[in-house]
Amino acid sequence: MTEAQPVAGVPRRLLWSRAEVVSLRDDTPRVRSLTLAVADWPGHLAGQHVDVRLTAEDGYQAQRSYSIASPPEAPLLELTVETISDGEVSPYLTGELRPGDIFELRGPIGGYFVWSERQPGPLVLIGGGSGVVPLMAMLRHRAIAGPTQPALLVYSSRNWDEIIYRDELERLAAADPSLRIVHTLTRAQPQGWQGFRRRVDKAMLEELGVPALASPNLFICGPTPMVETAAQASVELGIDAARIKTERFGPSGG
Amino acid sequence: MSESDLQPLDGNAAAGLLGEMFWRDMTTATGICAGCGSEGPFAEARLFASAMGSVLRCPHCDNVLLRAARTPRGVWLDMQGFRSLTFTPTPDAN
Ligand SMILES: Cc1cc2nc3c(=O)[nH]c(=O)nc-3n(C[C@H](O)[C@H](O)[C@H](O)COP(=O)(O)OP(=O)(O)OC[C@H]3O[C@@H](n4cnc5c(N)ncnc54)[C@H](O)[C@@H]3O)c2cc1C
Ligand SMILES: [Zn+2]
Repeated sequence: MTEAQPVAGVPRRLLWSRAEVVSLRDDTPRVRSLTLAVADWPGHLAGQHVDVRLTAEDGYQAQRSYSIASPPEAPLLELTVETISDGEVSPYLTGELRPGDIFELRGPIGGYFVWSERQPGPLVLIGGGSGVVPLMAMLRHRAIAGPTQPALLVYSSRNWDEIIYRDELERLAAADPSLRIVHTLTRAQPQGWQGFRRRVDKAMLEELGVPALASPNLFICGPTPMVETAAQASVELGIDAARIKTERFGPSGG
Repeated sequence: MSESDLQPLDGNAAAGLLGEMFWRDMTTATGICAGCGSEGPFAEARLFASAMGSVLRCPHCDNVLLRAARTPRGVWLDMQGFRSLTFTPTPDAN
């Protein structure tokens, strides 16, 4: 592949396009997924994001980044947005938009936090809250491409009802013996919960066998403090820092 | 709110802004910090973003690597905190 050829996921120039809402799906009480038709979408890689821009009638603009939840193979683009109650942009995306509505976005953006099934080595995904969104694009892509390497998702949520994509993750794991999904519930646990009940830490990753993996590819995404802790723990466990990719979403949900 | 009160993002979040100016993805570049000489991916640097503009800092020594702002004359960019940036073609996103 030469530099001159257009590459999927890398537009020649980043321009604003119109996205039309096709459908909406409630994932949790605070999280909604938007399926979008975007004119002239150039294709993307699992893990990339878009910038969304909203313009008020007086011309005021607000811009935020949202990860792409859909795999490269999907015909329509999916975003999954958590409602930040006093937020400027997220309450509009999750509460106001209806099918047929149009807003501006640009992308795909970012060539660093991306994974494709062609990348050799076991996959370790560590996500917190809405940080699972780009990791879900990777798992969806992996399921479609046909898994060739083992994968582990360690996913931290506040409680059982706030696990985004809960049923789909269960289906993915049931259909694929090489995929392991481990939830940790940090605030509240259902009765009889046997799993982890704390934030992702070094002992957890050790217990899950992460240090024993040969040449793993780690992707860590979520609130900034969670990403810092998990990345630091991974380095302390002896994982080559060059194999650890991180993406910070900003303040934690508290 | 001062810069230090904010939870930083990282270089991934600057990809859109830089994509306005450069016709390639900057986040896969490897940079050398002019402050401490350490080398690392652009995407792993700390980003402090506000409506005023963005500041990218070295994760090792806190040196300001890059400053970007939207001005009435256009986007203003100061990258003197990088000693150098290396762009290696990757198979997926060059
Ligand atoms: C590369 C990237 C990808 C992202 N992908 C996604 C995604 O797929 N889905 C998604 O839901 N979000 C994602 N985000 C976060 C998103 O960009 C916004 O920051 C988020 O939606 C809040 O925007 P807002 O305008 O609603 O709130 P703002 O008006 O920006 O913030 C309002 C208040 O809430 C606080 N706040 C901001 N974010 C949070 C938070 N997460 N938890 C608690 N308090 C917060 C702020 O400090 C402020 O006090 C991503 C961020 C980045 C950098
Ligand atoms: Zn430095």
